[in-house]
Amino acid sequence: MKTAEEILAAIKTALPEAKVELVQNPSVSGQHSLVVAPEDGLAVAVFLRDDSELALDFCSNATGVDWLDKETTEKVKATEVVDGEEKVIEKTVKHIQPGYLESVYHLYSMRQKHGPVIFRMRTANRTDQVELPSMTPVWRSCEFQEREIFDLFGIVFKGHPDLRRILMWDEFEDHPMRRDYVDPDDYEYEPTPHDEVLKRAQEHQAQQNEAKQAAEVTQ
Amino acid sequence: MAVEPDLKIELGKQGVFVTTLNELYNWGRRNSVWPMQFGLACCAIEMIATTMARYDLARFGAEVFRPSPRQADLMIISGTVTKKMAPQVVRLYNQMAEPRYVIAMGACAISGGPFKQGYNVLKGIDRYIPVDVHIPGCPPRPEALIHAFMTLQKRIEEQPLTGENRPRHLDADAQGLFPVPEPGAHDLVPPVNRLVWPLPAPKPDATEKQG
Amino acid sequence: MSTAAFKSYRPPVIEPSNEGELLEVAMGPHHPSTHGVFRMDVALDGEIVIKLKPVFGYLHRNHEKIAEKASYLASMPYTDRLDYFCSMTNNWAYAIAVEKLAGIEVPERAQYIRVITAELTRIQNHASAIGFLLQEMGASGTPLMYAFREREKILDIFEELSGSRMMCNYMRFGGCRVELPKDWLEKVAAIVDGLPRFIDEIEALLTGNEILMARTQGVGVLKPDLAVNAGITGPMLRATGVNYDIRKVDRYGIYDRFEFRVPLGDHGDIYDRYMVRVLEMRESVGILRQALKDVPAGPIVDPKQKVRGFRPKPGEAYGRIEGPKGELGFYLISDGSGNPYRYRVRPPSLINLTVLEDMCIGQNVADVVLTFGSVDIVLGEVDR
Ligand code: SF4
Repeated sequence: MKTAEEILAAIKTALPEAKVELVQNPSVSGQHSLVVAPEDGLAVAVFLRDDSELALDFCSNATGVDWLDKETTEKVKATEVVDGEEKVIEKTVKHIQPGYLESVYHLYSMRQKHGPVIFRMRTANRTDQVELPSMTPVWRSCEFQEREIFDLFGIVFKGHPDLRRILMWDEFEDHPMRRDYVDPDDYEYEPTPHDEVLKRAQEHQAQQNEAKQAAEVTQ
Repeated sequence: MAVEPDLKIELGKQGVFVTTLNELYNWGRRNSVWPMQFGLACCAIEMIATTMARYDLARFGAEVFRPSPRQADLMIISGTVTKKMAPQVVRLYNQMAEPRYVIAMGACAISGGPFKQGYNVLKGIDRYIPVDVHIPGCPPRPEALIHAFMTLQKRIEEQPLTGENRPRHLDADAQGLFPVPEPGAHDLVPPVNRLVWPLPAPKPDATEKQG
Repeated sequence: MSTAAFKSYRPPVIEPSNEGELLEVAMGPHHPSTHGVFRMDVALDGEIVIKLKPVFGYLHRNHEKIAEKASYLASMPYTDRLDYFCSMTNNWAYAIAVEKLAGIEVPERAQYIRVITAELTRIQNHASAIGFLLQEMGASGTPLMYAFREREKILDIFEELSGSRMMCNYMRFGGCRVELPKDWLEKVAAIVDGLPRFIDEIEALLTGNEILMARTQGVGVLKPDLAVNAGITGPMLRATGVNYDIRKVDRYGIYDRFEFRVPLGDHGDIYDRYMVRVLEMRESVGILRQALKDVPAGPIVDPKQKVRGFRPKPGEAYGRIEGPKGELGFYLISDGSGNPYRYRVRPPSLINLTVLEDMCIGQNVADVVLTFGSVDIVLGEVDR
C-alpha cells in the first residue's frame, strides 16, 4: 500500500493540473486524507479507480461533514495616537473563518486488498454554493449515500442520476444533520421530563394556560 | 344480569350450563383475536419470536397473523414510529374494521423511547390513535407481549355490550376514522390529534413556579 | 479539467412491450414480507418488472444526530439497535472505530470473547436470513421455526452474558463489559457441538430441494464487476465469486490466528447467496471450536481505560468489520470534546440495496420479493 504522500505524488504526475492537497490526521489512526478541488474531483476519482497500481475500485463509505463558521479571536497590539500621544492599545480582532460542507469518501481496493484512501471535497460555503461533483458515475456505491448527504446535509451533487431526498419525506425543507438545525418543538408534556425537555414542556404548559385564561375571559 | 358465580357452579354440577349473551360474545371474541402482520423495528423481531415455537402465541388464539388490515382485529405497533411512517400507521388503523385494538409494544411506540430526541421520531403513537395496552421494555421480552395479550383479553372480556362504556363498534356515534397527519415542511401537520391526546389539566403549582 | 470516457454502471433499461399499459405498484411500506417498513415503487409490464425504485426512510431514527449529541459511550447501546439481529458485531465495529481513534489496546481475553460472540451472531443471523428468505418464498413456517429454535439457544447464551436477549450492549472501548458467567464457555461449547446437526438439518431440508432450486437458480443474478463497483459486501459479494472477506483482509481482532476458508459462489444468484450463508455458518462453527479451545485468563478490559470523561484527541478514524450482512463501518471525527463531532455508520444493508434495481429489472414480479429477501437487510440499519 502506498502512503498518502506517494498517492499524492502519483496523482501529481498523472494529472499535473489537479489541485490536490494532503491533510494530516492528528489522530493515532493515521488515516490522512486528500483534499481535492471540486472541479478536479471527477478526474482524480477516475484516476484513483482506474490506475492499475492503486486500483481503488471499491468506494466503501461516502458521507458529509458540516463545518460551521469558526470564530477566532486574536489580540493585536496597535499603536494609535490618542490626544496627541502615541499609545499602545490592545485590541481584540475577530476573524471569521467561513464554514463549508465537505464530502468524504473512503476508498479501498478489492483487487489489491488495500486501503483506505480518504478523498474529500469541500464546498465554497454553507449557504448558496453547495455544489460538488457526484462520484456516482465512478462508484455506483455512492448513489444512495450521496442522496443521503443531499438529504441530510444539503450538498447538491452535480451529475448524480437521481438526486432526491432519501430518508425524509419530499416536502421536508431542512437539512437535519447540519450542526445548526433546530428540530421541531414536539415535546409536549412528558411523564418524567428533565433538562431541555422539561424547559420545553413548561413552555407548552404556559401557552396552554394562557389559551385557557383567554377562553375564560371571552366566555 | 350476571348469574351468581356460586349458583352457576351449583347448576353446573347438575348439568345445567348458564351464561349470558354478553359473556358468550366476549368469550368468543377474546379467544380469536387476529393480529395484523405489521412489524416496524427491533420489537417486531421479538414479536416474531413470540409467535415461534418456543413462546407460541397460538395458545392464546392469536396465531393467525393477517397481512391485510381488513382482516385483523389487533394492531401490534412493534417498534419506532417515525414521522414518515406515522401517516401510514394511522391509515392502516383506519382501514381495520371494528372492533379493533392496539397494543403499543416497546418504549419507542409508547414515547419515542431511546430515540426520543430524534427529529424524525414520533414521540408515542398515542398522539394519533387510541392505544389499549402499553408494554414497556426495549425490546419487551416475548413473555411481556404475552402478558399484554392476556391483559387485552381481560379487557375484552369485561366490555359491556350496552350502556355508557360499550365498545366503539356498538356505538353508532363513536368516531371511526382518525385524521391522517400530512407531512409538512418541518414536521407533521397536525403534530397531534387532540381528541386522543388531550393536554393535561394545568397544575396550579406548576404555573406558580413558572410565574 | 476534462475527463476521458470512463466506465460507469447504470441499471439496465428495457423497453416496455406495446401491449397494454404499464402498471405502477407501490409495494410497501406495509407489506406481507417480513422485512419491515420498506417500499418499492415498481412499474410492471404484465408480469415483468420494468422499473424499480426503492423508497427508504420509514425507520429513519436519527441515530447519527443523537450520537453527535451524546458521549462516545452513550452511543454503544444505540449501535445494538442498528441491525437488531447482530448487536454484538455492531458493538464490535463501533468499539474498533473508537479504539482506532484513541489508540486503545484490547486485552487478549477480550479479543477471544469478541470473536466468540461475533461468530455466534453470524450463525444466528445467517440462520434467520435463510428462514426469512424461505418465508418469502412461501415456505411459511418450517425453516423459520428451525432457525428461530437455534436462535433462541444463542440468545439465551447472550442473555446470560449481557443481561439482554437482543440488545446486548456488551463491548466497551478496549474490551468487554462484564466477566463471563460461571460455566459460560462450556455452555457455548455444548451449543456449538449441536450446530453442525442443525446446519445438516437445514441443508437436508433445503439444499437439494427442487422448488428452492427452481425458484432461486438463475434468479436475481449479480455480476462481479457491478458488485464491486456498487460496493456490495458480505455474503452477497462473495456469492458473485469475489474473494473479499474483511476478516481476512484487515485481520482485525485476532482473526489471523484462526484457520477458516472463505466460501465463494459462482453465479451470483439467490441460490449461491443461500449456499454461501450455509457454508459460512459451517466455517463459523470451525472458528468457534478453535476459539473456545484456548480462551486465556486475564483482564477483560484494560483497567487503566477511563470510562467516564472519555475524550479522544482531535482527529478522525474509520473502523470496519465483516459483519454478517457485509462491511459495517463507523467513521468518527473527534474535536477533542466528550462527544463525537461527526459520527457516521456505513450501513451494509443500505449499500447492498443499490443493485436491487439491477437485479430485479426484467424479472417476474414474484421474484422481486425473493431477490429482496436474499439481500438480507435489516431496516434499522438501512435507515438508521
Ligand atoms: S423500544 Fe427498543 S427494541 Fe423496541 S423498537 Fe424501540 S429501540 Fe427497538
